[in-house]
Amino acid sequence: MIKKRSYFKSRTLAYVLILPQLLITAAFFYWPAVQGIVASFQISDPFGFRTQFVWFDNYIALFNDPLYLKSIGITLLFSGSVAIVSISCGLFLASMANRALRFTSLTRTLLIWPYAIAPAISGILWLFLLHPSYGVVAIGMKKWLGIDWNPLLNSSNAMLMVVLASAWKNISYNFVFFLAGLQAVPHSLIEAAAMDGASPFRRFWSITFPLLSPTMFFVTVMTIIFSFFESFGVIHAVTQGGPGGSTNILVYKVYQDGFIGLNLGSSSAQSVVLMGLIIVITVLQFKYVERKVQYTG
Amino acid sequence: MSKMKCFWLVMAVAMLISFAGSAFAKPIEINWWHAMRGARGEVVQHIVDGFNNSQSDYKVIPIYKGSYDEVVNAGVAAVRAHKQPDILQSFEVGTQTMMLSGTIYPVYKLMADNGYKIDWSRYLQPVLSYYMNADGNLMSMPFNSSTPVMYYNVDLFKKAGVPMLSKTEPITWDQMGEITGKLVKSGVKGGLVTAWQSWTQIENYSAIHNIPFATRANGYEGLDTKLLINNDKVVHHIAQLKNWMADKRFYYGGQKYQGPKSEFIAQNAGLYIDSISGIAKLKKAVHDFKWDVAPMPVESWMKNPQNSIIGGASLWVFKGLPKDHYAGIAAFFKYLSGDEPQIYWHKQTGYFPITLDAYDQLKTEGYYKANPYQEVGIKQLTRRAPTKISRGLRLGYFVQIRNIINEELELVWSGKKTAQEAMDSAVARGNVKLREFERIYK
Repeated sequence: MIKKRSYFKSRTLAYVLILPQLLITAAFFYWPAVQGIVASFQISDPFGFRTQFVWFDNYIALFNDPLYLKSIGITLLFSGSVAIVSISCGLFLASMANRALRFTSLTRTLLIWPYAIAPAISGILWLFLLHPSYGVVAIGMKKWLGIDWNPLLNSSNAMLMVVLASAWKNISYNFVFFLAGLQAVPHSLIEAAAMDGASPFRRFWSITFPLLSPTMFFVTVMTIIFSFFESFGVIHAVTQGGPGGSTNILVYKVYQDGFIGLNLGSSSAQSVVLMGLIIVITVLQFKYVERKVQYTG
Repeated sequence: MSKMKCFWLVMAVAMLISFAGSAFAKPIEINWWHAMRGARGEVVQHIVDGFNNSQSDYKVIPIYKGSYDEVVNAGVAAVRAHKQPDILQSFEVGTQTMMLSGTIYPVYKLMADNGYKIDWSRYLQPVLSYYMNADGNLMSMPFNSSTPVMYYNVDLFKKAGVPMLSKTEPITWDQMGEITGKLVKSGVKGGLVTAWQSWTQIENYSAIHNIPFATRANGYEGLDTKLLINNDKVVHHIAQLKNWMADKRFYYGGQKYQGPKSEFIAQNAGLYIDSISGIAKLKKAVHDFKWDVAPMPVESWMKNPQNSIIGGASLWVFKGLPKDHYAGIAAFFKYLSGDEPQIYWHKQTGYFPITLDAYDQLKTEGYYKANPYQEVGIKQLTRRAPTKISRGLRLGYFVQIRNIINEELELVWSGKKTAQEAMDSAVARGNVKLREFERIYK
């Protein structure tokens, strides 16, 4: 009898092989997560000498705080905006780059570069452009266009600035995946449609876009997760949650209350809520969006 | 065989090293975690070198651990792991948390236990009082202390026909309104900007005018303290600043110092309130105009303005270290408060010398004649003995309370709330934090 696949009789080896990965996940994800959940039911001084179990008090306090609810709204607005801007720009650039005839590799490399920049640095770069006191673009806008751009006081200016700084970086990431996705679309299909007289837009909408939907789905999930967590660096460098708390997204509030304010109970409760929120959003995406995704064999 | 040889060789070397080590008694190493970056870090190193070279029993090792928040967090983690450093620098707003932590060896006790009789009355009292407990005992060693002062652009003042300001007699806030009005009329883009708005416009404003910031003597006398910053006077002050925004006699440049400072350097603002540590920054950055320093303005009804309060950080000592370490820490603190390191520290960084002796010596050697702006802060700080209200603030979760104040002030500046609404809301939200904090220590 011919074996179709080689396999190992012993199960032990399999466990040994996945053990390192399990250990890493347990040490850097499960253990801190469990600690966080435990801490969210306690109040304690920073040094951990006085710890009281308070049931759901931290959570009750959170949801009675109008500013926390506002922060949830801000986070959703921020993530939504970052996702829309970075996905549409990423897709646009990728479809352009896919058709580029000259300097293909150069343009692609240049477009990918911003992803290599740390979020905090990206924030600083945008600050040097848009800070009302020393930002080149901001001063120019005031001088020549008469626009009183002031993200220090105007909350929508501030939001626009952090969205730009976060989205800009993420455009590159999305670009890479879209480009790969576009190149996987069979040319024969597009040529056939062209022969049937479909316009470039129609070809894109009816052929490329549906075939791109797995990529689109993946990119959306990743962008939302990115904007929930990694945008921390941008917020920290650019607005510190201001003005008047208008860019205080959830992850930044966790940091402010926990790391700077040393209010560990409330901060842990916020992390748990944040974790729950991201789980819910991802599950919803898988449940409703993924249905429309067409995976090609 | 060769492996064997190698083994013996290693053993021999190891034994040699250990013998050599025991032959010369090593100095006891004192680790000091601090937040002094760059040039200030070098000054710290210089002072530490001075101590290390002055004796051979102890060796202080300064370690830069990042920003103030990062140092405190490193300290918290170290205490939790029972690996606390010998000395930890913590910023002034963390005072209450450190004091209540139960891991602190109070400095007054440390010095007394190690046989140092320190005449604490020879120290700058408004500096000490910030770090004393309610009984007047010093809990931590003051290190870098500053206070807010006002910088003004001499050239713009001349252009607008405004007389120069006194270095000792503060102007009134009414005069501030007139001066900034003249500046704006003369074509300057704006009048006044301020760094660290909560610290300068509310905390220090309250101290200078002897207005309680919170009940229970600003929190010194109990955790059941409540904020009082929605009083008429503070609200009036904030409302006045907001009114001045209409014609840019006052405008907002951001919570920290970078924005306001660049407005002042760009000559968009004629006046700029910031810590005395701004002197060094302006010296470096300003080349195209003359500037000078004046004390913080005072309301006309306040005939005898109180001292301003400090900002900065102090040095904390943890419990549970070996006894000989404490002897070393005490010796280092004794050295640190000596004249030579204090004078050097003041000259290099602009932070206050903390003893009167060092201050007197600076005066006699004519330092303040040559650098008159350096004395504005110290005179403002020491112009009157601190009262129970002006000695400092002792609040739990003070970092968050400052954040709340900053948020509410920004809502005033952007016109979303009136001064009264914002301060009421700051009090209500701040009190929630104070109650949360109180609950931990019940």
